[in-house]
Amino acid sequence: MKSVNQLRSTHIDYKEWIPLMELATREVFETMLGCELTRAEIAAGESLDITAMVGLAGKMCGVLTVRCNAKSATIMVSKMLGLESAKGSPDVLDAIGEICNMVAGNFKNKIPGMGDGCMLSVPTVITGGDYRLHYLADSADLEIRLLLENMTIEVSLQLHS
Amino acid sequence: MNSIRALIIDDSSVMRKIVERSLRQAGIELSQVIEAGNGAEALEVLKESQVDLILCDINMPVMDGLEFVKQLPGVANGKDVPVVMITTEGSESHVVQALSCGARGYIRKPFTPEQVREQVTPVLKGKS
Repeated sequence: MKSVNQLRSTHIDYKEWIPLMELATREVFETMLGCELTRAEIAAGESLDITAMVGLAGKMCGVLTVRCNAKSATIMVSKMLGLESAKGSPDVLDAIGEICNMVAGNFKNKIPGMGDGCMLSVPTVITGGDYRLHYLADSADLEIRLLLENMTIEVSLQLHS
Repeated sequence: MNSIRALIIDDSSVMRKIVERSLRQAGIELSQVIEAGNGAEALEVLKESQVDLILCDINMPVMDGLEFVKQLPGVANGKDVPVVMITTEGSESHVVQALSCGARGYIRKPFTPEQVREQVTPVLKGKS
């Protein structure tokens, strides 16, 4: 099976993976949260101050990131746990980390050969918007934006060769 | 099916709650639910508690799910307890590896209560 480097040398366009990222994200939200995401064509300009990250290592190396705001994170955890409201719940960050983990796992399992050849790290969650992430990605930077009840969920993948 | 005692092992407390909720939604009656955050913690729990079913994540800190399943038969109250893995690692080789380590079922995240029922019900019937 080809590694990212080999894929690169065969001129595979990483943008072909964007629909898989979107499908993987939609499936996680539909199955685990029971809600449909809609497509956000333009960046909404909201402050996405919760960032969950899962590292990928092996045939595909990089970081998959899910970003959202605090309100949408609270909605997510309430939907995941079937609660009327999860405001102030200590589970919010854990839930976002798990969503990121499931999106990353579901995404890599959709790419032939990556299910076996790519391992996931445990999730990391950052709160607050005043930071800059410096990825060591040098292969591709893929990004999708979807809406959960009109609030942006941004999923991105930075790949390292 | 009689009411059962379940041990749910996952490093995410949210996921443990979701698994419990999915078991109940799948129509599995639970008399007791015990939670553990990793394999080592679960082995400790089993020294003191008897359970009828174990649902276990694979990727966890301290001791992962595969190592837990390997060590399970050697622990008090661990022998013959069916284990169903619940994990994001969904490749065929992970499934084969988990089953060869002793797991009796395999559920990929994300999952529905129906998928939980499909995997758990035969395992419990086989036990009774």
